[in-house]
Amino acid sequence: MQNLLNWIDARFPLTASYKAHLSEYFAPKNFNFWYYFGSLALMVLVLQIVTGIFLTMHYKPDGAMAFASVEYIMRDVPLGWLIRYMHSTGASMFFVVIYLHMMRGLLYGSYRKPRELIWIFGMLIFLVLMGEAFMGYLLPWGQMSYWGAQVIINLFSAIPFIGEDISTLLRGDFVVGDATLNRFFALHVIALPLVLLGLVVAHLVALHEVGSNNPDGVEIKKHKDPVTHLPVDGIPFHPYYTVKDILGVVVFLIVFSAILFFAPEMGGYFLEANNFIPADPMKTPEHIAPVWYFTPYYAILRAVPPIFGSQFPGVVAMGVAVVIFFALPWLDRSPVKSIRYRGLNYKIALGLFVFAFVGLGILGILPATELYTWISRVLSVIYFAFFLLMPWYTKNDQALPEPDRVTFHSH
Amino acid sequence: MMFSTLFRKLFRNGLAVVLLAVPMTALASSTVHLDRAPINVDDHESLQRGARTFTNYCLSCHAASYMRFVRMTDIGLTEAQIKDNLLFTTDKVGSLMTVAMRPNDAKDWFGAPPPDLSVISRARGADWLYTYLRGFYRDDTRASGWNNTVFDKVGMPHVLADLQGHQVAVMQSHIGADGKAHSVLERVELAKPGRLSPSEYDLVVGDLVNYLVWMGEPSAPTRNRTGIFVLLFLSVFLVIAFYMKKAFWKDIH
Amino acid sequence: MAINPSADPSKRRFLVAMSSAIGGIAAAGVAIPFVASMMPSARALAAGAPVEVDLSPVEPGMMLTVEWRGKPVWIVNRTPEMLAMLAKHDDRLVDAASEQTQQPAYAQNATRSIQPQYLVAVGICTHLGCSPTFRKEIAPADLGADWPGGFFCPCHGSRFDLAARVFDGSPAPTNLVIPPHHYMSATRILVGEDAKV
Repeated sequence: MQNLLNWIDARFPLTASYKAHLSEYFAPKNFNFWYYFGSLALMVLVLQIVTGIFLTMHYKPDGAMAFASVEYIMRDVPLGWLIRYMHSTGASMFFVVIYLHMMRGLLYGSYRKPRELIWIFGMLIFLVLMGEAFMGYLLPWGQMSYWGAQVIINLFSAIPFIGEDISTLLRGDFVVGDATLNRFFALHVIALPLVLLGLVVAHLVALHEVGSNNPDGVEIKKHKDPVTHLPVDGIPFHPYYTVKDILGVVVFLIVFSAILFFAPEMGGYFLEANNFIPADPMKTPEHIAPVWYFTPYYAILRAVPPIFGSQFPGVVAMGVAVVIFFALPWLDRSPVKSIRYRGLNYKIALGLFVFAFVGLGILGILPATELYTWISRVLSVIYFAFFLLMPWYTKNDQALPEPDRVTFHSH
Repeated sequence: MMFSTLFRKLFRNGLAVVLLAVPMTALASSTVHLDRAPINVDDHESLQRGARTFTNYCLSCHAASYMRFVRMTDIGLTEAQIKDNLLFTTDKVGSLMTVAMRPNDAKDWFGAPPPDLSVISRARGADWLYTYLRGFYRDDTRASGWNNTVFDKVGMPHVLADLQGHQVAVMQSHIGADGKAHSVLERVELAKPGRLSPSEYDLVVGDLVNYLVWMGEPSAPTRNRTGIFVLLFLSVFLVIAFYMKKAFWKDIH
Repeated sequence: MAINPSADPSKRRFLVAMSSAIGGIAAAGVAIPFVASMMPSARALAAGAPVEVDLSPVEPGMMLTVEWRGKPVWIVNRTPEMLAMLAKHDDRLVDAASEQTQQPAYAQNATRSIQPQYLVAVGICTHLGCSPTFRKEIAPADLGADWPGGFFCPCHGSRFDLAARVFDGSPAPTNLVIPPHHYMSATRILVGEDAKV
């Protein structure tokens, strides 16, 4: 066994990689609840890829056959329903995990110097994931799939002068049709997953280069053991965080299985009732709302009033609402990273932001009435103010002194 | 089975509400009151009665083209029973539940082709179907002579009229927002009894809707049973994972 | 360093072993749906269901081809003359007594059939899977003077007699397959299913 390992190590850095990324990757010892979601996101990604491969063995990306092939998977393929539900539940749970993972970044300043690139890679992953989810949602070819895609692609028409041409180019037809389904399938199963994997590798390489942040937001590399030169507050990822993450994975799987086996539709949020009606280009459903994970942005889109009859400002606002996250490392001027040592300004700002985000998410599901539109406008302003006023309110914040070392209470 | 019902209830009504404020289906439906359908997909006798009503009354116009006859072995029927009682002579037990009617003819007759019923219960919901199938009333302004309390200007005639009898509308005058008087449907009442009493008819429709719910997702009973097993397994794993984490983290001070 | 390896290692070993075992079971459990999904679906099973065949339209000396599991199945109504020919060329056959399991036990006989009159065989050459052609004429010019009537595979020239037994010197190694089948009545057979006990 050892001989085989030596033979491999002479040709490929197996032991060295194992050490660098697991047994001798030193992570701060004070990770809390919020630090489970990174490894969970990785696990869900693997789950989506594996279930996706098996779904493509039976799915037919053809306007005349797509809906039936999904029902074929649900009924005729042995245990096909289980694979399909894993994939559909996995899609929604991916966003649950990713949103919580991003929240962790906001809480503890994980995007701050020297981790700007980790954050940027992470945001790129988020963008690609949104594309992946959007295209995947078209594939069941139900009414919500169809009209959701129709509406979102039409947003591009709002771009002045070239908008119509861009929409037509994206669809490959004058309405969403067979050509659109076929290309979304190609992008969903090949192009975007490849990009996603590359970005995940970059995200992790960058993380392991600078080391993990922690709930105190202080660098563990500041204090190294004089003899071993290892960070005194760092512990090897393996076995300590592997056993901890296994616990996290099991808890996650309990929640995941409870949804998958007992409420795969999740009250119409994970699988919408209208999507059990085959796509019909002649008949729009009464109430179209995007899937829950897009609703905050959809609410922002609807909140912006058209200017000179053009939807373009709303489209821009929605785009900016996503892209503005990229600027966080440079907007934040606080002397400390973690919310534990930040002053009242940031705590209030973050609280309002979370309130606005969740509020917009709920409003994005509801039909647009005048009252709701006005609430959406207020919440949208709060959403953008969180970012745009950040240089000012973080600089003038009454920050507490950071501790020299991480705080940790052994159990 | 008791556990799985409990879990199902908990998640459908409890968790979804807590996590996400209000189920989507409640948002989509309008103001019409829906009666609660008596659904129990573990009641094989009810499902078998529903299957008979379905093949006798629905399957002549509506297809269920993702569903195979042979799947009814799941609800306690043998292949021979399916063949003798539910199949049309040309079908095999493995066939899909298709219909011979051409979509274009259907469009001419009913205004729209009758929708496929394989997943209708997942699109409409059991309560809607239960109310709809009991909500036909006479309306001479309609070509078919029928209208419906939850589906205004429905194209489908009342296929079960000989069982239910004829209901008529009781209208009421309402002053609308525009200040004018509108005639609004208040309720329906039975004008001409059918072969069944109202309570017998409700049972027949209840069984039929139960069958439609089962047919919408025939794997659901297996799904619930598997779920119990998976959750029990994961709880054991949870205990071990917890103590393993604890044993290792003793090192960390 | 913050680490102070203290606790009792045997307890850890036990817990790690337990987790590995239960994790292994979990992995195997997760694999089940993926493997299962690659098995024939209900559609394939329905298409591969036993096929009922009415024998009455098959005239003596004629062949009917039906599809079962996507394969051609031949039903030949053999005349008494044809049956008489079968015994005359045993020395030229690879497996005259049908000793290899290319047929159900009830068809391991001189005529390789339940009723001597009707041959039921899967029309797929045991060489490389082509479907041989039915050549009932005796001693045609292209097949030679010793051709007793049978099946000839156009792909690589394998020869079979009217009991679907392979002739010596053919590329095909074994006799053609006799599918499971049984008589539902005197003139109806069900291809694809043995008689129920």
